[in-house]
Order: sequence, then structure tokens, then C-alpha cells
Amino acid sequence: MLELKNITKNYTSGKEITSAIKDASFTIHKGEFVAIMGPSGSGKSTLMHIIGCLDTPTLGQYHLDGQDVAKLSTSELAAIRRNKIGFVFQSFHLLPRATVLRNVTLPLVYLGVKREERLRRAKETLVAAGLDESHYEHLSNQLSGGQMQRVAIARALINNPAIILADEPTGNLDSKTGKLVLDTFERLHQQGRTIIIITHEPTVAARAERTILIRDGEIIEDQSNCKLNS
Amino acid sequence: MMFVDLLEEIYLGVLSNKVRSGLTMLGVVIGIASVIAMMSIGQGTKLQIENSIQSIGSNLLMVMPGAQRARGAAVSSGRGSSQTLTNDDADAIRDVAGVKAVAPESSRRFQITARGTNTNTQVVGTTPDYLAVRNVAVDIGTFFSTTQVASRSKVAVLGPTTVLDLFGENANPIGQTVRINSAQFTVIGVTAAKGGSGFSNQDDMIYVPLSSLQAYLSGGDYVSSISIQAVDQATMTLTQQAVTELLLERHHIPSADLADFSIMNQSDLVSAASSVTDTLTLLLASIAGISLLVGGIGIMNMMLTTVTERTREIGLRKAIGADRAEIVAQFLGEAIFLTLLGGTIGVLVGYGASKAVSTFASLTTTVSWSSVAMAFGVSCAIGLIFGLYPAQRASRLNPIDALRYE
Ligand SMILES: Nc1ncnc2c1ncn2[C@@H]1O[C@H](COP(=O)(O)OP(=O)(O)OP(=O)(O)O)[C@@H](O)[C@H]1O
Ligand SMILES: [Mg+2]
Repeated sequence: MLELKNITKNYTSGKEITSAIKDASFTIHKGEFVAIMGPSGSGKSTLMHIIGCLDTPTLGQYHLDGQDVAKLSTSELAAIRRNKIGFVFQSFHLLPRATVLRNVTLPLVYLGVKREERLRRAKETLVAAGLDESHYEHLSNQLSGGQMQRVAIARALINNPAIILADEPTGNLDSKTGKLVLDTFERLHQQGRTIIIITHEPTVAARAERTILIRDGEIIEDQSNCKLNS
Repeated sequence: MMFVDLLEEIYLGVLSNKVRSGLTMLGVVIGIASVIAMMSIGQGTKLQIENSIQSIGSNLLMVMPGAQRARGAAVSSGRGSSQTLTNDDADAIRDVAGVKAVAPESSRRFQITARGTNTNTQVVGTTPDYLAVRNVAVDIGTFFSTTQVASRSKVAVLGPTTVLDLFGENANPIGQTVRINSAQFTVIGVTAAKGGSGFSNQDDMIYVPLSSLQAYLSGGDYVSSISIQAVDQATMTLTQQAVTELLLERHHIPSADLADFSIMNQSDLVSAASSVTDTLTLLLASIAGISLLVGGIGIMNMMLTTVTERTREIGLRKAIGADRAEIVAQFLGEAIFLTLLGGTIGVLVGYGASKAVSTFASLTTTVSWSSVAMAFGVSCAIGLIFGLYPAQRASRLNPIDALRYE
């Protein structure tokens, strides 16, 4: 369960203070599938980073599974990211000059998983993310944007995370691969994972159970989607 | 994280950026190799100068005719050419306390002929004490005896180079005759080679009894120098004083400033030479220090130009759950790997360079452990500090700030 209470995030550059998130409060229950929407620069990614324990809020409290994140040490936070969270970055953040397989298996290295098991799971998640096997040995900086995105998705799924946070995971994909990725998310959702995706596309948001709308750092709408075909 | 995986990450980290790794190592190699080579040249030169000073004898005082070189005076006039020292002076010095042996000598260049070949070389008239005093050894045959000196025998002992010039290679000159000016001398011995020292070449000389030289070649009983061996180093200054007083008295000279002779003390020479070599070593050490600095700046540059990329890499690793300790361990491992490998190559290159100087410049270089340790220590410290720098910085940032680092 993710509980955000009066979360504010300010950035200071010189004397100027910009608020990326203003007093946001909401709760996401275990197993929910949530879409976050909003115009560019509205603070979606910033919010997602806070939820993923990658960034700390300026004000407010964030409880993850009952624990106050602000009270956790850096190594406890690292353990949470390692064990519970799978994060797809908007700009992928792959390790340059490293192969696709090495990029995807890297989270498992820090989990102490054995090599054969790492490779087996990497192939599984790469299939689920829709990347063709012929690219597995390519260096990450030799891939197209869509291919990189799928590597980033596979890397986020490889540790079987309870919480999947995906920042525009289908932004660079054609509709066919996009659908494949969303099918994967939906399957994981059915297995009981909590899934939060940021998107600009209403059709993508429609596949989630709930949509949070954000504008200028403020949550302006938070509603359940009426699912016609479920 | 398993240990094998840490090693693999280190290995891949080094390998996946070959240019960065190569240039970092180059910095270490240059720094270490130049320090080792420079220091070995400095040490070698010092040793060689010390050896050549030792080769002229030990605890040596040398009395030479001519005016004392007063402090501040420009040049002593006509030293060696003035005839103020005699055989009797040498005999008198023998009785001074602290004197172990005395070898007067009178030397001049002559034209020498033997079986048609001829050469021009230094002929030294002296006494058997010369061997001990001037640290000369006989290789083949014998040196002349005191009896032969007393009887003005026409015998000669040749230096190995002179033998080569007159008789050719592998010839046995013992029993042959050489003509010095118009006098015939029988060769009775050859001295052992001393190698070309920086001073007069003792291998290209002919030794004859002092009395014979004075009787047949130069005339008179003047000597061109008197070599005195003191009993030990500690009393050399006292002995020098005693000899000065004795000679002043014998020459009826009231004050040391007016002396018609001068005495050179070997330890003066040693200290003069070692101050020269110390300066040389200091010079080389500063050159080496600058190379070390340049190498260090190279390492620093490499590490810092990649700090942005590395900070992002650290941000990513933290984002996917790496512990701070695991990141520090990886970066420390990479830095150790690069500096140890570079350091080893640097030691080998430096050692090779000093060996090359040994062979091509006929200078015996010695690689000292302290210079190896110093160079290795400094380069490795720089490598480690700047290798760890991005890890230290980035591990304090939160993952997002590290990923965004410009
Ligand atoms: N490190 C930073 N320093 C200063 N301002 C920042 C920083 N990161 C984000 N911002 C600001 O915070 C606001 C929200 O940024 P954010 O990246 O969360 O937007 P977004 O909703 O994800 O936009 P997009 O849809 O384009 O990805 C923006 O106005 C941005 O300029
Ligand atoms: Mg964004």
C-alpha cells in the first residue's frame, strides 16, 4: 500500500523556487492498476520518482507498506528498490557499452541471483517486453528508441517486483508492440502486482482501473474508470 | 551481490571503456617509469664517481710542487713544473706520525718504441710503495723491488693499454725490451686493468724505478708529486698539517701562505664530488617529480572527464538497488586493477630504461627499492583517490540527482 500525505516537491535554482508537486495526497492499494495523466511538465515523473523511493519529497509523508520512507536509511531504501520495485525510466537510463542481456540482468546481480538463473529470467522478461532475440547481444547504445524502451521494461520486470512504476512505457512503441507491453502489464496486474503507469494516451489510460490527473503539480482529478468490457 | 559478480563488474567496467582505462594506466606508467629511470641514473652516477675516487687510492694525501692555492686566488701558477720537491722531502715525510706509506713520483711523457711500433705515453718513476698507496695491482710478472730502485735497474712495468699499443693483443711482453728515449728497459710486469676512470688513465702508463728515471731520463732529484697514504681517515687532517709543517721547515718558509707546494686531501675530493652528485641526484629527482606530477595530472584528468558518465552509471546502479558499499567496492576494485597493472608495467619500463642506459651509456645504473616504492605509492594513491572520487560523490546523491548529473 502506498500512502502519500501532503507531498510537496520544490526545486531551488538560485533564488527561484519551483514547485513540481504541490500538496498531493492519495493512496494506492496493493494490486491496483493506476494511470497518471497530465500535460508535459505537470510533475508526473517527479511524483513517480518519489513513489519509487528514488527521490525525496520536500514536505509531506510517504508510507510504503506501512513504513515511513523518510525514516529509512539509504541501504534500507536500496533494499526496497532492489526487492519490491521495478522502474521504467522515461529516458530509459541503460548502461552504455553494455549488452542488452547485461543491462536486463543487472538488477539480479545486486540480488545475488546465480548467472544461469539470471539469463533464464532475462530471456523470459525480454519476450514479455517484446524484444526480438537477435538483439540480445547488441550494445545498448546501438539500439533504436523503441528497442531501448523494451530493454528498460524487461529490466524493470526481471526482479518480479510487487510494484511496477512505468514512465510512459509505450511512448516510443508502435501500436502492436505497445499492446503487447500493456498485455504484459495487465497479466502482471492479474497476478496481484501494483502497477502505476504514466501516459499521455487516453486509450492506454483506459486499460487501468483508476486515473489520476495532475496539472501544474496539483492533483485535479482521481477517479475509477468504468470498465465496460471487464 | 556475489563476489564473482563484483569481480565481473570490475572487469567489464575496465574493459568496456578501453580508452579511459588505457590513458589512466599510461599516466601511472609514465609517472613510475620516469621516477625509477631518473633515480637509477642519479644513483649510478654517484656510485661511479665514488668508485673512481676510491680507485686512485684510499686515505690519500698528495703533495705537489707549486704555490698553495689561496682562497680567492685565481689560478695556481705552473704547478708540477716547478721543481721544489725532492727525494729527500719524500724520505723525511716517511717519519711523520700518521703516515703509513709514501710514494714519490716523477712523471713525464716520452716516445716509447718496442719492436718497430711506437707510442707516446706517460712514464712514471716511483717506488714499490706506489702499489699500495695508489691502489694499483700487478696482473702478470712483478713490480720492481726496493733493491731495483736502489740499483737504478732499467726495468719497466707496463699498463695493459700500453701493452696493447706496443705488443698487440694477447702478447706476453715479459722479458721484452722497450726503448724510452734512448734508454733500453726490460719489461718485468703488467698492471691489472682499472678501467677508464674519469681522471688520468692509469691503464696507459709505464712505471720505472724513480732513481732510473732521474738518472737516465729526466736528470736531477726532483719529483713531480708525493703520494702519502695516511693510517686512517680520522687522522688525515692532522697528518696533512704535520706534513705541511715539516715541508715548510725543510724549505725554510716562514708562513703557510708562501708555501712552494700544495697538499690535496682525498676526503676534500670526495666531499666535493659528492656535493656535485647530490646536486645531480636532486636535479634528476625534481625531473622525476615533475614527470610524476604530469602522470598524476593525466590520471586525474581521465578520471574527472569521465566523472559525469560514471556518476550517471552510479545513479542507475543505485536506482536498481545497489548498496553504497557495493558501488564503492566496484570503483575501488577498478582503480586498484588499473593502478596495479599500470604500476607493474611502469616498474618494468623504468627498469628496462635504466638497463638500457647501463648498456648504451656505459653507466652502471642501480634501481633502488625506495624509488620504486615512492613512485608506486604516489601513482597508486592518485589512481585510487581519483578512481574513488566519483563513487564517493555520487553515492551521497540520491539516485535521481546522480542520474541527472551534468
Ligand atoms: N532537477 C530539476 N530541477 C529543477 N526543476 C525540475 C527538475 N526536475 C523537474 N523539474 C521541474 O519540475 C516540473 C515537473 O517535471 P516532470 O519531469 O515531473 O514533468 P512531467 O510531468 O514528467 O513532464 P513530461 O510529460 O514532459 O515528462 C517541470 O516544470 C520541471 O521543469
Ligand atoms: Mg516525465
